[in-house]
Amino acid sequence: MCNELAQTLVKNMSKDENWSEIIRPKRSWLDINLLELWRYRDLIMLFVKRDFVSVYKQTVLGPLWLFIQPLFTTITFYFVFSKIAKIPTDNVDPILFYLSGITLWNYFSDCFSKTSNTFVANAGIFGKVYFPRLATPISIVISNLIKLGIQIILFAVIAMYRVYFHDAQININGTILLLPVLILLMAVMGLGLGIIFSALTTKYRDLSFLLTFGIQLLMYATPIIYPLSFTSGKLHQILSYNPITPIIENFRYAFFGIGYLDIAGLIYSAVFSTIVLVLGVLIFNRVEKNFMDTV
Amino acid sequence: MPVIKVENLYKQYQLGQVSSGTLSHDFNRWLHKIRGKEDPYEKITGLNNREQTTDSKYVWALEDINFQINQGEILGIIGRNGAGKSTLLKILSKVTAPTKGQIKIRGRIASLLEVGTGFHPELTGRENIFLNGAILGMTKTEIKSKFDEIVAFSGVEKYIDTPVKRYSSGMYVRLAFAVAAHLEPEILVIDEVLAVGDADFQKKCLGKMKDVSSEGRTVLFVSHNMAAVKELCNVGLFLQNGQVNSMGSMQEIIQNYVTQNLATKLVAESAIDKLKFPLAQIVKSWISMQDNRNVISVDTDFKIAFEIEIHESDVELNLSMTIESALGQTVFNTLSESFITKRGNKTAVCIIPKDLLNNGLFFVTIVLTRDRSTAIQLIQEVLTFEVLDNRENEAWFGDISHHLIRPKLNWVI
Repeated sequence: MCNELAQTLVKNMSKDENWSEIIRPKRSWLDINLLELWRYRDLIMLFVKRDFVSVYKQTVLGPLWLFIQPLFTTITFYFVFSKIAKIPTDNVDPILFYLSGITLWNYFSDCFSKTSNTFVANAGIFGKVYFPRLATPISIVISNLIKLGIQIILFAVIAMYRVYFHDAQININGTILLLPVLILLMAVMGLGLGIIFSALTTKYRDLSFLLTFGIQLLMYATPIIYPLSFTSGKLHQILSYNPITPIIENFRYAFFGIGYLDIAGLIYSAVFSTIVLVLGVLIFNRVEKNFMDTV
Repeated sequence: MPVIKVENLYKQYQLGQVSSGTLSHDFNRWLHKIRGKEDPYEKITGLNNREQTTDSKYVWALEDINFQINQGEILGIIGRNGAGKSTLLKILSKVTAPTKGQIKIRGRIASLLEVGTGFHPELTGRENIFLNGAILGMTKTEIKSKFDEIVAFSGVEKYIDTPVKRYSSGMYVRLAFAVAAHLEPEILVIDEVLAVGDADFQKKCLGKMKDVSSEGRTVLFVSHNMAAVKELCNVGLFLQNGQVNSMGSMQEIIQNYVTQNLATKLVAESAIDKLKFPLAQIVKSWISMQDNRNVISVDTDFKIAFEIEIHESDVELNLSMTIESALGQTVFNTLSESFITKRGNKTAVCIIPKDLLNNGLFFVTIVLTRDRSTAIQLIQEVLTFEVLDNRENEAWFGDISHHLIRPKLNWVI
């Protein structure tokens, strides 16, 4: 019995079937190695650190730019949309209204646009060494998350300032606990859409042009500079199909108490995000093996 | 015990502009696929041969490659430019996937197609060691445990907290190689570009590679520098036009390579392609001997000439010519004077004086350059010529077969 076992063992060894890895043409759609991605978690964190350290080196203001960008956009919006166009903000202090929208929107648009050129922007390094390609877009989403955290603190500081000195009304309620969920939905949606586009732009570069102004248009189709309640009829209907709308609306409800808690909308966003991410990972996985030949 | 087994490996590339016609080709492929037919573009794929122009838009960069490597071997992969060496390396490194066939691997594989991949100029040496190490597949803990060793090997201790953009190119390469050298995979794949840096460091690198294999690990080394390959490898693989020409002991394979390339090519013409070269193009290259003789010998002058067809006036052009030995070492490079173009044909001639090159086989590579900066046409190994020995006329013998030049210099006695 023992002898038999030993013989089969030897036989199996000599068949040299115990290869640790096999390089093959295209893998199937479902062959996704998430375990490998986990093994490279150190690399993801180092990419995050690199992005953070390198961006503001040799700038005079450094990380202050994180504050300047949203503030200036808010001020511009304030003058253009509130003062000139006189679009109402549901009786919320317009500065806080715009800043809240921009802070969240920027996170989504940065995740989307920066992951959408993953292959083209990293062709140099991808062409020389192998590591799970998903590490790059994931690190972008994480480093933007840190940026978002800092900007949310900025928002809180400005809010306190407006409340004390300008009698702005805020009305924080329990929905604020949903904030991590809102951010996660933004991240997943941005990442999913970004990697879908990154896979397509390797072959059809035209898409990257489309994307730049596409994201801009999308902002106007999301209640960032106007409240959803400002719209009505057909337009209102269309805007509620936008999966980002419930995220923004719920955030404003949590903070200002305008509108209502829209759980159905959030579930819609969550389903949309999940589908987009799964689709994105599948397509990305499919393209990553051969993209070097077309990039 | 084999650690790598390559089986029926094929790799197809598309020639020319990739975006042109991709949508329609993709659609056509898909149509064939759903009807269960084979890929319509596989059939029209031409052989990987630079001398022949094919009409097909697709080419096999690798065709039916089969070989295996045993543990502890140092395999040298040789072949002319475009023979498929780099493609094979890329597939082994998982940078790109094969079209057909497979490679079986036993153990962790690390490849160095370039040193310092992912180095960020703004980050310090310390930060880059961690980043580069992680890109090459090490974990943070692994890098930490080897950090001191890496720094010591690189010899840049003093600058370890300085951004690498302030490094000299030598320091940069040393640091990058130091990280790579401490990878400790079971299989190491190395491209010849690693042979950079000063002579001292090169020795250190070659030494390190030998250490690696003596520890029972396997090395694959790609180069067209026969001297380096001969020094380092014990097994050789000769690729030609995307196929395996031969495999065996390194000595034997180098011999094969040299004899294969013995054919001289004294005239070369290239088809006029105004689309690719709107400005000017080398249309003909040739070698002419003194006094209408048909051999070049060490003690004869000869001329290398290029005919350039010029389509646009008032542009500054010049030529840069490189002579390489049969073993792939560069003998020298020479730059022509610049000239301002006039429409029509122009011939540029370079006179190679006698008593310069040693006897042997040499390759000519030519680059047509605009404004002394932009290469507009590069023809690798456009001509091949042989310089014959003349020592029957001289009172001097001795083994000088591996010398590249044989200058006649003035002695004062």
